[in-house]
Amino acid sequence: MTGLLDAVGYDAWILHALIWLPLVGMAVVLFSPEDRAKHVAFGWTAGLFVLSLGLWWAFDPGGELFQLRSMVPWIEAWGVNYALGIDGISLFMILLTTFTLPLAILGAYRYIRERERSFYALVLLLQTGIVGVFTSMDLFLFYIFFELTLVPMYFIVGVWGGERRIYAAVKFFLFTALGSLLMLVGILYLFWQAAAVNGFPSFHYLDLLGTPLSLTEQVWLFAAFALAFAIKVPIFPVHTWLPDAHVEAPTPGSVILAAVLLKMGTYGFYRFVLPFFPEASMHPTVVLVMVSLGVAGIVYAALVAAVQPDAKKLVAYTSVAHMGFVIIGVFALTVNGLQGGLMVMISHGISTGALFLLLGMLYERRHTRLIEDFGGIARVAPLLATALVITAMASIGVPGTSGFVGEFLALLGLFERFPVLAFIAALGVIFAAFYMLPMVQKILFNDLDKEENRTMADLSGREIAVLSPLVLLMVVLGVVPGPVLERMEPGVQAIIERVEGGQALPGLDAALPDEPFGGVEPAAIPPSGADAELGRTTHHLQDFDLDQVVWFTGDRN
Amino acid sequence: MVLDFSSNADYIWALLPEILLAIWAMGVLLAGVFTEDNDSDAPGDATTLGWLSLLGLLVVAAANGWVYGAVEGDGSPMIAMDGFRFFANWLLLAGAALTILLSFPYLTRQRLQIGEFYALVLLATLGMMFMASARNLILLFLAIETMSVAAYVLTAFNRRDRKASEAGLKYFLLGAFSSAFLLYGIALVYGGTGTVNLQEIGEAVARGGAFSPLVLGGMALLAIGFAFKVAAVPFHMWTPDVYEGAPTPATAFMSAAVKAASFIAFVRVFMEAFPALHDTWYPVVWWLAALTMIIPNLIALTQTNVKRMLAYSSVAHGGYLLVALAAANHMAMGALLFYLLIYSIMNIGALAVVMVVANHDEEALDLEDYAGFGWKQPVLATAFTVFLLSLAGFPGTAGFMAKIFILQGAVESQLWTLAIILALVTVLSYYYYLRVAWYMWMRPGSSEERHVRVWAPIPMRAGIVGVAALLIFLGIFPGGLLDGALDAVQGLAAGVPAAELVSGLPDSP
Repeated sequence: MTGLLDAVGYDAWILHALIWLPLVGMAVVLFSPEDRAKHVAFGWTAGLFVLSLGLWWAFDPGGELFQLRSMVPWIEAWGVNYALGIDGISLFMILLTTFTLPLAILGAYRYIRERERSFYALVLLLQTGIVGVFTSMDLFLFYIFFELTLVPMYFIVGVWGGERRIYAAVKFFLFTALGSLLMLVGILYLFWQAAAVNGFPSFHYLDLLGTPLSLTEQVWLFAAFALAFAIKVPIFPVHTWLPDAHVEAPTPGSVILAAVLLKMGTYGFYRFVLPFFPEASMHPTVVLVMVSLGVAGIVYAALVAAVQPDAKKLVAYTSVAHMGFVIIGVFALTVNGLQGGLMVMISHGISTGALFLLLGMLYERRHTRLIEDFGGIARVAPLLATALVITAMASIGVPGTSGFVGEFLALLGLFERFPVLAFIAALGVIFAAFYMLPMVQKILFNDLDKEENRTMADLSGREIAVLSPLVLLMVVLGVVPGPVLERMEPGVQAIIERVEGGQALPGLDAALPDEPFGGVEPAAIPPSGADAELGRTTHHLQDFDLDQVVWFTGDRN
Repeated sequence: MVLDFSSNADYIWALLPEILLAIWAMGVLLAGVFTEDNDSDAPGDATTLGWLSLLGLLVVAAANGWVYGAVEGDGSPMIAMDGFRFFANWLLLAGAALTILLSFPYLTRQRLQIGEFYALVLLATLGMMFMASARNLILLFLAIETMSVAAYVLTAFNRRDRKASEAGLKYFLLGAFSSAFLLYGIALVYGGTGTVNLQEIGEAVARGGAFSPLVLGGMALLAIGFAFKVAAVPFHMWTPDVYEGAPTPATAFMSAAVKAASFIAFVRVFMEAFPALHDTWYPVVWWLAALTMIIPNLIALTQTNVKRMLAYSSVAHGGYLLVALAAANHMAMGALLFYLLIYSIMNIGALAVVMVVANHDEEALDLEDYAGFGWKQPVLATAFTVFLLSLAGFPGTAGFMAKIFILQGAVESQLWTLAIILALVTVLSYYYYLRVAWYMWMRPGSSEERHVRVWAPIPMRAGIVGVAALLIFLGIFPGGLLDGALDAVQGLAAGVPAAELVSGLPDSP
């Protein structure tokens, strides 16, 4: 496989292709006949998924941290580069994106009945934005892609959504924009600090990474970045836009929102918040606040979900709970916690995406989402029932499904630091059973007492094609998570090392004599006198080999 | 080319664009007398004049490009020969050209086919170009009056429309009032320094004649006069009424080119005559900027008339530009020019679509009138969406790059509070810009026939789509224009070394 990829120069063009081919696809969809638009869009995204599969082999888990890197100067006056690259974390986010989008489109075939061309064109535009977010190595570029995802989603919810679609779309847009604009000011601050130290302007991730910041600065910048990502995640109490957006969005919109868009927020914590502001992230108060918010989100969302009469709203709240697990995993600041958080992200993407698809299928059959309108569906639609049960189990986190691996690791990570909070959060798993199982029971197993439900059709071939990859993946990831964890680990390890300020970097001194965090200064907080030293060793990106990047190499012993 | 004014020909070269434009404007005025037939319905006559005017603007722009780069001789002439002037000329000419492109269909539709309209636009542009180049307060005042008088007439051009007449009178009275402030300020500055040449005033102030009450008083009055002209809060009260009442092409012209010219003159006077007093005027500009960002954005949230909403948005954009003036460094000056250019074209573009949606009585300006527009006129509505996103400063559009440019300038001078205000009011502005988008795309129209046929001839349609494409292009590849803007302001901020700014200024007055 690797040989084949090398033969076509896969490494050199794949990331660019994954970002820009959806835009080409958008043009193709716009010029295709209205009734074929969906097929074109599905074919295009499916092709992109097949293309992206090569990443699994192209990415070398034992190699350097950021791979497939490329950089082209873009706006030279400000030091902005079109710089791409992926690590083990973004690898899975990209695969999750390219995997989910064709399924979301295939699942939308019957739901989206009007203005199909525009709809699928927007979905493809969205894919450009999402993949761009996960591959950008330049903060300016990242910001543009991050914001770019808002516009298509705004129209997807606002034009094709339900009754209160405009309210939901605007709320979604404004909430997210508020956070990201403050982050923009934070990015500019970081940029100017880094430019003063480096002596040249650059928005490149690796140039900004080593910027020396005082604790006060770090806390403020942490707040600016964390707010932006917390709204996107969303973390309790800034989650209120999510249930509205989920409920009003059309099925494919909900699927993409849950499976991928929310991950941009958690990804931001992994990629930017922790490595940029290690001391603020390690600060006990900050950690306690973030973990408490995560736990509060888990418990609160579970309680609210339990009383929802609307199945879609129930699932929307489960998203808040799952994202709470990611946050506790992140701020546990252990390898287990961070890896658990990532596994929850992937598992949530698959299982919640599947739940929304299933609810969409039920809605297409009965035109209602109220739980009480169903009952006894298992008797008339056994395939649908099977899929719903497996998905619900994965969502709860039953052992043997993907949900279990992530939640278990996240809780394990948290337990190493905050046993009490871990105990409360673990109750959240029970809560999940408490809201999810009654829903499943009321929809599938109670008496078949509604006349309309008796004639309900089981899954069609297309629907089976949509659901089976998702269900399969839930089980496979639950049983053999190893290959995934293995690829994530270097990225996670590098974050931990960065956050803990170089204590865990044995063997690096020999490799890079002037490595700034090379254990010469073991204190987590570099004293102000060390600033000059830090500045001295920060390289101009263009001047040195990108492979020898500061603070990490592939070699971790 | 070196212009040391040793021969008379040098004067002609130095003023070539202005001279050409003056001649052309006279020609258009004369041609109007011979060709037009008042209130005639016959199409063609005024349109010919329109194309003629466009051609004139093109010639002037070419001449401007030819003179660009001429090296200035010694001495302190009345006319600047710097990049700031020539870049500003281009952006003013672009504003005028787009206005004229917008005017053909408007004048035909409203049966106002009078050639003088184009002549007035050209004459106002002439005044603006002198505003961009004047290094002499008397010349500057004459230039401002040339522009303003033409703008008053344009505002009230549709004399059958009561609202336009009211707007014209209001604009005229307040404009005259603000001119009085300017003139009084000029007199006091002259009294304090003994000269009306900006560079000589700058030297006199730097020598220490600085703190004379005459100079300070004059500077304050000049600031008030300019604040009126650029519609900075609290001197903005005339703006919404005038912009709403004026014929839409005139609104576009005023909110883009007239505003840009006022800003350019404001910047030149304060950066060339009073850089030494930066500490004194900086807090004033700081507060003007903060208020001008916050208040119009709040008011715009409640507007249901789209034209009036755009009027408030235009005032708010003045606030962003004032942030650049408060920062006063090289980056900020480049940002100011860049922003003015982008703002001009996107605002004219937005008003062009407003004009299309408004029917013959200019009455369909309400948000409700936009319901269903999107799916009936997808091309125009997509372009309008791009204009709105760009006005909101959304990534991917030129408006975003312009806003970032201003933020960069503000951050370089450590103006954190202003930067954060800018970010927060941008969120507010998302709401009212997007509201138009949601009416267009997400609400069904009042009837099936609505918006099926609109009055948008091919040249205008092409102009709208072209401008939208340009905004996206510049939103992705701003590099060249950005470097051009930075080159154009070389030396303008020299009076205020950036290092001094950073160390010497706190972020609040």
